[in-house]
Amino acid sequence: MTLLRVRDLSKQFVIRGQGGLLARKASFTAVDQVSFDVALGETLAIVGESGSGKSTTARIAARLLDPTSGSVEFEGEDISRATGKDLARFRNDVQVVFQDPFSSLNPRYTVERIVTAPLTYQGIAPKGGRRAFTRELMERVGLNPDHSQRYPAQFSGGQAQRIGIARALAVNPKLVICDEAVSALDVSIQAQVIKLLMRLQRESGFSYIFIAHDLAVVRQLSHRVAVMSKGRIVELGSRDQVFGEPRDEYTKTLLAAVPRINPEWDRRRRLSKGRS
Amino acid sequence: MTDELFVVEDLTVTLPTSRGPVDVVKDVSFTVGRDDTLGIVGESGSGKSMTALAVLGLLPPGARTSGSVRLDGRELLGQSEGELRSVRGNAISMVFQDPLSSLNPYYTVGLQIEEGYRAHRGGSKRAARQVAIEAMERVRIPDAARRVDDYPHQFSGGQRQRIMIAMALCCSPSLLIADEPTTALDVTVQAQILELLAELQTQTGTGLIFITHDLAVISSIARRVLVMCAGDPVEYGTAEQVFSDPRHEYTRTLLDAVPRIDDEVML
Ligand SMILES: Nc1ncnc2c1ncn2[C@@H]1O[C@H](COP(=O)(O)OP(=O)(O)OP(=O)(O)O)[C@@H](O)[C@H]1O
Ligand SMILES: Nc1ncnc2c1ncn2[C@@H]1O[C@H](COP(=O)(O)OP(=O)(O)OP(=O)(O)O)[C@@H](O)[C@H]1O
Ligand SMILES: [Mg+2]
Ligand SMILES: [Mg+2]
Repeated sequence: MTLLRVRDLSKQFVIRGQGGLLARKASFTAVDQVSFDVALGETLAIVGESGSGKSTTARIAARLLDPTSGSVEFEGEDISRATGKDLARFRNDVQVVFQDPFSSLNPRYTVERIVTAPLTYQGIAPKGGRRAFTRELMERVGLNPDHSQRYPAQFSGGQAQRIGIARALAVNPKLVICDEAVSALDVSIQAQVIKLLMRLQRESGFSYIFIAHDLAVVRQLSHRVAVMSKGRIVELGSRDQVFGEPRDEYTKTLLAAVPRINPEWDRRRRLSKGRS
Repeated sequence: MTDELFVVEDLTVTLPTSRGPVDVVKDVSFTVGRDDTLGIVGESGSGKSMTALAVLGLLPPGARTSGSVRLDGRELLGQSEGELRSVRGNAISMVFQDPLSSLNPYYTVGLQIEEGYRAHRGGSKRAARQVAIEAMERVRIPDAARRVDDYPHQFSGGQRQRIMIAMALCCSPSLLIADEPTTALDVTVQAQILELLAELQTQTGTGLIFITHDLAVISSIARRVLVMCAGDPVEYGTAEQVFSDPRHEYTRTLLDAVPRIDDEVML
């Protein structure tokens, strides 16, 4: 079943034209005729060039930004028309983990308040109380639960990123848009968070839009992959097709440029491990 | 060696918390030479950014430090704010982990690059502007001549990272500390930026401290690697030694967990 349906989405930003102060306004197309679906329980990854329109697409899909043209439907309803209760439900069902962790967390709130604020607005009292609820979520994303009364500035970059993830998971959403949500995590905590996301998908049927530059991570957890370049989707296919038989030139360039650990060092490390 | 550009000895950083002081960096030592690259990797929250901020005197209020941090033989730890200000952006440039919160939202990116350049090199506004545009072109911001007058929020995450790098490049610092400077870049742009940094290093002898979770990048650019875990420097050695024969269990765990593009998939 299709959960999210995006059709012919375009976004133009008004920009100053060339020629100093008297310049006319011009426009820049950041997202150009983008269409895709996300099925229930599916992970669609969006990869591609820096500046190609991935975050802009994500923000429009979450109704944080209006498109210039095109439509977004969530569970069959046009999201631009939702008001009142429907809008509140949409805001709950679709959560975003933002690319810049610190600027998306209120600096004056403690972690506990950040994580439980959406529940408070809805008048829901978490089982076992706010403190216990927050502690449990913090543990799941690998944060020290004793830090639930700390403020965002008291955390490292990767820890702040995980506060964003905990906040998104707190309200039991249907779709989580992860914009570079694991990029500031060391590889072992990253693996833990990815396992958590995949388990939630199996158990609760979460869908994900997973925006990332790390193609090895994308390959681990996506069902389908969209590749963006200069505002357009240049390739969209199953994970195995895009990684195994890429059709577009840009996709091929991207896959060829994935950095690897020096293979000789890697080989020697594996051998030495066998010995010890 | 005595002619090392940058020497950190037994650096300890203590932060106040509601439960008393906590050592977030414990006895960290390393050196960086001219045209040399040190990679710092490790656990999220292990004190990598705090190490960098301590060097620049930008720690949160109430922080205490001990040990020694010397650039060209000159002690930086415990210097007055005025002295440190002249070092920052001049002899030492920093690319911060969170570009959005370290760029000023009320000034155009061009102005921010220009200010940094003029504080360092002087010269006319017009010349600085030209430098800013060129620096933005070098970090592959499309249409730089027009975009130089845009504000930080009008750029993508990876573009903001590159603007921070452009700023650092303009100052040709003796030491550049880059904290996760390429996490928001696609692999092709990332490769171009790494090349640009290498170019800067050969041209001006800049020493580079590169903090990242991307071990593949570290293996390709760093000569030496420091691995941190919970504030402790658990391993310090040449890149070859750390990657091919890690001595510490944490380093092994980390290297085993690196996702590889040709791994078996779980899904
Ligand atoms: N408010 C704005 N005004 C003008 N241009 C904008 C604005 N916001 C974004 N852009 C431009 O739109 C393009 C797409 O930006 P977007 O943030 O969607 O890219 P992205 O694919 O997420 O990139 P990254 O991987 O670097 O985060 C970029 O060229 C960016 O400079
Ligand atoms: N203002 C503060 N007060 C108390 N503790 C803090 C403060 N800021 C950071 N910390 C703690 O200091 C430790 C080191 O933080 P640091 O930012 O150096 O980590 P990091 O290694 O850069 O991690 P990441 O890879 O996630 O960016 C973390 O555990 C963090 O929670
Ligand atoms: Mg983005
Ligand atoms: Mg950090």
